[in-house]
Amino acid sequence: MTSIGTDKTTQQIGKVIWAENLCKKFGAFTAVDHISFEIEKGEIFGFLGANGAGKTTAMRMLTGLSKPTSGKGVVAGFDINTQSEQIKKNIGYMSQKFALYEDLKVWENIRLYAGIYGVPKKEIAPRTDDLLHRLGFEKEKDTLVKSLPLGWKQKLAFSVAIFHEPKIVFLDEPTGGVDPAARRNFWEMIYQAADRGITVFVTTHYMDEAEYCNRVSIMVDGRIDALDTPKNLKDQFNASTMDEVFHHLARKSTRNAD
Amino acid sequence: MNKNNCQLSTVNCHLISKSYGVVKALENISFEVEKGEIFGIIGPDGAGKTTLFRILTTLILADSGTATVDGRDVVKEYNEIRKHVGYMPGRFSLYQDLTVEENLDVFAKVFNTSIEENYHLIKDIYVQIEPFKKRRAGKLSGGMKQKLALCCALIHKPSVLFLDEPTTGVDPVSRKEFWEMLKRLKNEGITILVSTPYMDEAALCDRIALIQNGQFLKIETPENIVNQFAQELWTVKGVQMSKLLNDLRQYEHIRTCFAFGDTHHITLESNMSTVENLQDYLQTKGHLQVEIKPTKASIEDCFMELTFEKSESYD
Repeated sequence: MTSIGTDKTTQQIGKVIWAENLCKKFGAFTAVDHISFEIEKGEIFGFLGANGAGKTTAMRMLTGLSKPTSGKGVVAGFDINTQSEQIKKNIGYMSQKFALYEDLKVWENIRLYAGIYGVPKKEIAPRTDDLLHRLGFEKEKDTLVKSLPLGWKQKLAFSVAIFHEPKIVFLDEPTGGVDPAARRNFWEMIYQAADRGITVFVTTHYMDEAEYCNRVSIMVDGRIDALDTPKNLKDQFNASTMDEVFHHLARKSTRNAD
Repeated sequence: MNKNNCQLSTVNCHLISKSYGVVKALENISFEVEKGEIFGIIGPDGAGKTTLFRILTTLILADSGTATVDGRDVVKEYNEIRKHVGYMPGRFSLYQDLTVEENLDVFAKVFNTSIEENYHLIKDIYVQIEPFKKRRAGKLSGGMKQKLALCCALIHKPSVLFLDEPTTGVDPVSRKEFWEMLKRLKNEGITILVSTPYMDEAALCDRIALIQNGQFLKIETPENIVNQFAQELWTVKGVQMSKLLNDLRQYEHIRTCFAFGDTHHITLESNMSTVENLQDYLQTKGHLQVEIKPTKASIEDCFMELTFEKSESYD
């Protein structure tokens, strides 16, 4: 277990997420069982685990959607027990079910999210143009989102989720279903965001994607059973791939799948 | 069963095409699946996998082309086909308000059989959800719904099983268990057509078809697809992986370049450049500890290479 120093404020500097003994119980069932970890600014952190291991519940606590039963945590500088509204304003979130409005145009979706996240009005138009240029979407500005190919929607959904330049973005299985080239393009966007200092917290069922992460945690039955760089985890479990590491740990699960 | 049919392929598809308005969902798809084979159709969302399954399970009509399943024509003999195939659609087909047990019973009765009659086929799977047999299907977790849907598709002992993305969104351990179940069904003589967007599952099939934009890129055994990769493939590893990727892309003799987890996979215009040239180039760009090693292609490398070759041939 990570030891947390007594002087919390110095510990938290440079930490975008800091969690200590987070717990969530539903009745007699402990969905998340005393998890502790820290994530640095600009880090790409892979959050892995079998279906039902507690990933979604943990993520809901970290994004301010659910209060922990016990334990402490700070996300983007705000307390998850008392400042959930501020957390929501200061993070980005994207799931496999994109939150884009299919019946709105590309620029309208950007405009909508920029407004929701309080991007200053006069910045919205130039930043929208800049984004469309970077994505190579200039010609699609007036296209309805529903007629975009899946890989494009995914890029747009990610761009929209970080349009307000949050300290951290949560990605919940962002790459399901796209072709291998689009999946890689998407990871390049994640790299670029991390290079700009945005912390990336990502869940995935593609074990090769765990290799892109700076560090990876693996949840089993509500606990974090392993947390390290992919290289160290592979060394530790004498495995050649993250897939082997995952199987090694998840096999210990006693919880009936999800 | 007609004896002659045993000699024929179980699924036979000839020049099948289907369009939705201007979108060509399938274009001249032809292939055969042998009896007892696990045949994988592998490609991203929107490639045409579901459309192909719906045509073969007689739920929609192709615009052109012919197909037989178990020796029967998908248009003229659709009624017979429906009695002999099992279909597990991507979205769950269960009755949400019925319990686990009731769902299975409905499927058995529709096909004029009983749970007892073919229990041996579903036993391994059903015991895992049996503790919840009084629970409504709508209240099951994703993994349990998947198992129940498979039981329902199997209860009438189909000769061909169509599984449309049965493992999407399922974690690696559960996916592995699911494939072990398929192996056992294959041993019972059931022919299985399965689609998936996970390329690592390709190796578990006897043969696979890679599909993109309504067309098959290749039909082969997984081993042959990998062995037929015609380029020299290299992994490149450095300290600053993100910058390394950009600099590799800028290299004038780079052919393809993709991030692959902890390394980048590249191919070079081989008559224009050597690995030594590339090493020198990267050094001038400030990459001091670069490892470049030859590597064997994965199915994903092959999929991207075939897509790349296709786009090149259009240019």
